[in-house]
Amino acid sequence: MWVYLLKRLLAMIPLLIGITLISFLVIQLAPGSPVDLQTEMNPKASPEARARLEKLYGLDKPLHVQYFLWLSRMLRLDFGRSFSTDARPVADKILERLPITILINVLSLALILAAAVPIGIVSAVRPNSLFDKSTTVFVFIGFATPTFWLALLCMMFFGVHLGWLPISGISSYNADQMGDLAWLWDRTRHLILPVLISAFGGLAGFSRYMRFNMLEVIGQDYITTARAKGLSEMRVILKHALRNALMPVITILGLSVPGLIGGSVIFESIFAIPGMGQLFYQSVMARDYPVIMGALVIGAVLTLVGNLLADVSYALVDPRIRAGR
Amino acid sequence: MKETLLSENWRRFRANKLALAGSLVVLLLFIVSLAAPVLAPHDPEAINVKLILSQPSPEHPFGTDQLGRDVLSRMIYGSQISLKVGFVAVGIATLIGIVLGALAGFYRGWVDIVIMRFVDVMLCFPSFFLILAVIAFLEPSIWNIMAVIGLTGWMGVARLVRAEFLSLREREFVLAARAAGAGDMRIIFLHILRNAWAPVVVSATLGVAGAILTESALSFLGIGVQPPTPSWGNILTEGKDNLQIAWWLSLYPGLAILVSVLGFNLLGEGIQAALNPKLRN
Amino acid sequence: MNIRNRIARTALLALMILIFTSCSQKEESSESSVQDPTSQETSLRETAKSMDEPVYGDALVEGSIGDASNLIPMLSSDSSSHAITGLVYNGLVKYDKDINLVGDLAEKWNISEDGTVIDFHLREGVKWHDGAPFTAEDALFTYKVMIDPQTPTAYGDDFLQVRNAELIDPYIMRVTYKRPFAPALASWGMGVVPKHLLEGKDIIQSPLARNPVGTGPYKFERWITGREIVLRANPDYFEGRPYISESKTRIIPDSATMFLELDAGGIDLMGLTPIQYTRQTISEDWKRRFNKYSYLASAYTYLGYNLLDSKFKDKRVRQAISYAVNKQEIIDGVLLGLGEPASGPFKPGTWPYNPNIKPYEYNPERAKELLREAGWEDTDGDGLLDKDGEPFRFTILTNQGNESRQKTGIIIQYSLKAIGIEVQVRTIEWAAFLKEFVDKKKFEAVILGWTIPPDPDLFDVWHSSKSRPGELNFISYRNEEVDRLIEKSRYTFDREVRKECLYKIQEILAEDQPYAFLYVPQALVAVSSRIRGIEPAPLGISYNRIEWYVPANEQKYKIAY
Repeated sequence: MWVYLLKRLLAMIPLLIGITLISFLVIQLAPGSPVDLQTEMNPKASPEARARLEKLYGLDKPLHVQYFLWLSRMLRLDFGRSFSTDARPVADKILERLPITILINVLSLALILAAAVPIGIVSAVRPNSLFDKSTTVFVFIGFATPTFWLALLCMMFFGVHLGWLPISGISSYNADQMGDLAWLWDRTRHLILPVLISAFGGLAGFSRYMRFNMLEVIGQDYITTARAKGLSEMRVILKHALRNALMPVITILGLSVPGLIGGSVIFESIFAIPGMGQLFYQSVMARDYPVIMGALVIGAVLTLVGNLLADVSYALVDPRIRAGR
Repeated sequence: MKETLLSENWRRFRANKLALAGSLVVLLLFIVSLAAPVLAPHDPEAINVKLILSQPSPEHPFGTDQLGRDVLSRMIYGSQISLKVGFVAVGIATLIGIVLGALAGFYRGWVDIVIMRFVDVMLCFPSFFLILAVIAFLEPSIWNIMAVIGLTGWMGVARLVRAEFLSLREREFVLAARAAGAGDMRIIFLHILRNAWAPVVVSATLGVAGAILTESALSFLGIGVQPPTPSWGNILTEGKDNLQIAWWLSLYPGLAILVSVLGFNLLGEGIQAALNPKLRN
Repeated sequence: MNIRNRIARTALLALMILIFTSCSQKEESSESSVQDPTSQETSLRETAKSMDEPVYGDALVEGSIGDASNLIPMLSSDSSSHAITGLVYNGLVKYDKDINLVGDLAEKWNISEDGTVIDFHLREGVKWHDGAPFTAEDALFTYKVMIDPQTPTAYGDDFLQVRNAELIDPYIMRVTYKRPFAPALASWGMGVVPKHLLEGKDIIQSPLARNPVGTGPYKFERWITGREIVLRANPDYFEGRPYISESKTRIIPDSATMFLELDAGGIDLMGLTPIQYTRQTISEDWKRRFNKYSYLASAYTYLGYNLLDSKFKDKRVRQAISYAVNKQEIIDGVLLGLGEPASGPFKPGTWPYNPNIKPYEYNPERAKELLREAGWEDTDGDGLLDKDGEPFRFTILTNQGNESRQKTGIIIQYSLKAIGIEVQVRTIEWAAFLKEFVDKKKFEAVILGWTIPPDPDLFDVWHSSKSRPGELNFISYRNEEVDRLIEKSRYTFDREVRKECLYKIQEILAEDQPYAFLYVPQALVAVSSRIRGIEPAPLGISYNRIEWYVPANEQKYKIAY
């Protein structure tokens, strides 16, 4: 098994290089420069001031030199400094926002799994029943709903109309004055809508996939054998079918990470969540090159990590791999 | 009487009510977008500052927007954008995917390895991040949007096509064609692709749905279709800013997106189900 | 019943439990802004009394769309940063509510006879937030920072006009200019930074960017990036401790969300859009909980022409467009009526503004007449004016993210269509807009706005020497008379002389129409009604921020200090 994992790890290195190359190329498409934003239509900012700023940011060196400089720094985990006027290290800016994005995505994945698996099972076990049909419809609608629209409607309804849930941020303004349990509950309340919205679309895909896999598996011979052996239906489904159907689902989990991270751009902006998605969007608008490159790379790396985790769990669950075949 | 494969698939498809519903929606969408000049009750660009953000009325069934323009008319014209972006973007993605997938699956060897690595790298990026970055750097014109969505959406098709090629490559009809002296290109296009088209069509249909969603998300964020050109996404942006006082700006375009995407999804799934009976019962 | 049903039911039950525990119960939220009614009723008697008594305490929570970027005043140019530095730092001078310059850290100043020397007499007994004493050394140090080429500031140019600055006393700084320079005084409104914390260090790496130390009414408490910035009242502030103990800025990047927060009581103050002002804040409940303020903003929006483009060289064409555009329709459409037509680069009601100049009224017939004189007529019956075979078409560029400008563009497009000019509106991302189009003068027309600084120095925008690539006279306006008048009004301190020149300039600009001056919007603010002491004035409402207070029985936040 370890050999398997090691091989997977090594395979990721060319991927990483590819990621950085593509990121760098993408940034070069940008026509404007970050200096322009600083001297922003200010009647008092002269071209001399601009030239000074440009030199300060090292934008006058040739392209491939810039790339290698950037790459070598990145390998030392130095992403450079943000181009915005706060000039903070990019790594800091991203890292302080990463936890919340990861938290929401993890919770989202957990919710998807927790909801999609039972739905998938039941739909597969009773295909074409009312349950199956209605969840199918529900799931399709979920798939087709634009998340930002849903977010707004929920905010309006649950936040303003009913006043049940807070509508922005990740904690109340007096959060630091709360006791631990209250703080936890406050956090939870703030995260409910973002996590639900984030999970909504994924839920659809997953439950369909789960259903598909379950159906495939149930149709297999060994299930028929198990039934013939006289095992209870519950045992058949849960112990045998589920285990096998779950495996590909776990792999898919890794593949949905980029989708979740990408989606975070929209709802983090709507819910004012200070996560990586919001940072990315703002940096793109402000032409903050180092932050954009850093965030693109980190987003891709996170996906690799997600895939690795999926591989690990796959390895753990699939006895063939465990045995080192 | 023996049924041909096509009519058998068609029969299954027809029996699937959801798939039929989906295809009806798609058809409706086409009709609306083509007949826009005839269907739209008002000039979608006609400004009326006296009627800013007015409620739905007989004169304006979907209400008016921030400049007093008729929302229904704008939405009708918006359907043109959705379809255009959907199809062109998916067209680009499918084309790239077919070419790369075919090359990878047919030639194998290092061509395959390089292409598949490329696919893997692209799949690592949160595609929305990538799209955002590229479009925000370029100018957000319709063509750029279509191109970028296409350029970031070909991976699935490539994999599919490659898989098909890998499996079909060794089949008898290919060997026979080779024995008859057919060149590579001929084999690829005439023989294999003709059999591999099915999953591609399904993928493309579902892809259109995704492209419509992506375009509306981009327009919503303000870097998609630019005003004054109406798109469902950018009408929703106005809706967002006026959530409390102009619910019609949020409701109808969102519903339109929902229904359209749903239609394409159902259609795609229906085609898939018709072609793959294992899934049905 | 068989196994299958049992499984199904269990799964369904599990699912339901899952779904329903995700919903929260309605509960008493400490965020509710509704005051406990009983305490309000019983203390009605006391309210009448305590209404006029400023007391210390409570917090003011403001909403901001953008996060601050750098809290060293000269290093940032965004309004979010300046909102904070304005409370943490003082300049040598500031503006009073009638937009007159008065002393801030400078108690008084003398200007020499010939206008080239200013002696600033600085306050004694002022302390930095870390306890160190403020002296003229800090002012001198700030000057050195402004002229240092290593300082990435956008505001250095005014200070480059200084020939020499020196201390003639621990509390008197003498600044000598190369020539009398009217904007000089105003430039000293720049926040003074502490020498003892910045001298000898690289200002770009300074921790003061995140942890500012100033002399101002509020001390920095904390900044959680992307979430909030908290300031605490400075008990030793030289004008007296501000009543409101805490000033918090919450960062909510979305205007609609921010409004919902305002409504829910999560923030107390926010700038409203015209639609929010006129449609969403009119209920009785709203009026009870909030006060709204509107005052003319110090900014104007314009349509600027590239004067190097042959179409716009003829001033009759420019005048025609000004006649063809209905400013009131734009104000009604974009600002819902909350603004005034602009006639020039100054704000109505201020001393430089020439009231004798009337904005161009809406007259499409006159527009067509002028265009005909200039050679534009619809000779081929296609609905578009043409000249020498070329139809009259042009593109208006404006920046992304500014809804008002976009809407303005669309309305102009529609108006010009009616007289036979085809216009395309394109929005471009800000940085690209500046670099690729404005700086390189690759545009036909733009819709942009200027803030109107209190000092009416028109040099940077209107002088012909300022039209090199990247400079602010990007329309390439050249008028010798205007140049002369600008210089004259710049290098004198005599207000009457300046006024005469500025009036004349406005007359010329009205005739030339290098811009179509469109409108001056109103600033619209909503503040929670528990905040007292707000008095709208020409400068706005924030000038007396430190005098705002909340009566004791209405205080919402318990602040310990």
